[in-house]
Amino acid sequence: MASDDIYILGINMTKFGKHPDKDSIDLGAEAAMAALADGGVTMADMGILAAGNLLGSPGFGQSLQKQIGQTGIPVYNVANACATGATALRTVVMAIKAGECDMGLAVGVEKLSGAGLLGGSGKKKSDDDTWTPDGRFGAVASTDGRIGTQNMPGVFAQVGMEYGHKYGGTSFELFARISEKNHNHSTLNPLAAYSKSMPLEQIMGDMMIAYPNTRPMCSANCDGGAAAVLVSGEKLKSLSDEQQRRAVKIRASVLTSDPWQDGCQILPDVNTLTRMAANQAYETASVGPEDLDLVELHDCFATAELVHYDNLMLCDEGGAVDFFESGKPFRDGERPVNVSGGLQSKGHPISATGIANVWEVCHHLRNEAGDRQIEGARIGLAHVIGLGSACGVHILESSAA
Amino acid sequence: MSETATQIPHVDYLVLGDSPHLVANECTSCASRYFDRRNACAKCFGSDFTKAEVPTAGEVTAFTIVAFAAPGVPTPFVAAVVDCDGTQVRGNIINCEPDADHVSLGMQVELATYSLGTDSAGTEAIGFGFQPM
Ligand SMILES: [Zn+2]
Repeated sequence: MASDDIYILGINMTKFGKHPDKDSIDLGAEAAMAALADGGVTMADMGILAAGNLLGSPGFGQSLQKQIGQTGIPVYNVANACATGATALRTVVMAIKAGECDMGLAVGVEKLSGAGLLGGSGKKKSDDDTWTPDGRFGAVASTDGRIGTQNMPGVFAQVGMEYGHKYGGTSFELFARISEKNHNHSTLNPLAAYSKSMPLEQIMGDMMIAYPNTRPMCSANCDGGAAAVLVSGEKLKSLSDEQQRRAVKIRASVLTSDPWQDGCQILPDVNTLTRMAANQAYETASVGPEDLDLVELHDCFATAELVHYDNLMLCDEGGAVDFFESGKPFRDGERPVNVSGGLQSKGHPISATGIANVWEVCHHLRNEAGDRQIEGARIGLAHVIGLGSACGVHILESSAA
Repeated sequence: MSETATQIPHVDYLVLGDSPHLVANECTSCASRYFDRRNACAKCFGSDFTKAEVPTAGEVTAFTIVAFAAPGVPTPFVAAVVDCDGTQVRGNIINCEPDADHVSLGMQVELATYSLGTDSAGTEAIGFGFQPM
């Protein structure tokens, strides 16, 4: 191992689902302590903590330290929408790369059970009873619902429909079949919030949220935490053979924001920044999409998964529908996508997601994924996107010979 | 109370009158168009803008039919992106049944206005959407 490489030494995700008896700190502490134990280290070894929790009170990282160990190390409380967990991971990567420390801890947690639709609010502009222009659009009334939609299912529905308009081949049924795939995958994942397969008719017949996304085609709001311990290659050399064998090499860690594109402020462009991140990651890692044994991508809605096949270059440009129809993204296919069940069934506790998808990939690369193990997995990719936007891509490689 | 009620546009980029239309803030350096108040251009960083009239007819390039929304937002409604001769516009599809049999990708639409209601001072707010052509 090269000294300037960075490895995941320990990693954990809690069971995703309803945790009424645990608060955010409990879930963070559970994931963090388990990740430390998984790596065979303690808080005394950590040189940095990066922590994300969007819906809790400020200073989550410090609150967490008080439950797992206050050692005086720098804490970075990070926030980047659904890419918060990946941002925490990336923060620790940068600190180690900069030589500031040789080990660090990244944690992401969310308590989201029972939360309604995210994004957009129907609140009135003013309690005043006269029309008064307000804000950057000089709006006299809320624009959400009157001038398009700001709710997440609606925004991502349009993202998928836009792809269909550009390249053709999409339909309500196609998007529902993507969801069917992920719900089927989830049956092998004991940590998923929902692990039931769903027939296509049930998915299509369920409550419509924002056409063409029905309820099971939307990410599941749930509670959960995830944490990872990262170590420098130099430090890893001094650790045990077992720790070295289980360590997962971070071949690339990339974070992008959305560059200006025509129309990107009318409908968020989740494509360009993902493609940029993927390009940078493939170049840094010196691997191509054809080298990936599995991919966990941000299927916050069934419509989103389709466009990311293309954005991550798992298919030719415009070929996402054919890629799906070919069977490649199924767990027994050539390029398995979201074998965890994805956000639609595993669940999407926002800040935890960007570490939990890395955990899923690591689990396979360590050959520890049990029933859902992708045999012989050596290289995998984890992708998240936070609307606004931020995109995180990590390419990971097994250390085992 | 005057005989002709005063009107106010829902948003300041909607111009009312005999031929209602949208007006964008266009960057004088790179011609990028924005509908909100800008500090600088997100594409070229220029800070000089001029008003540009947006064509009222266009093509639906993306849509969704929102069935569940935040409290206070009436549903169902069709949210769409309309390409008005090169300018991307966000708006609802109105005067049309909100279902997948009546709305389709590539359909041709035109700007239409409607009343949002009248306030206590007698001012009527006018909103816009796009209707099938
Ligand atoms: Zn410009």
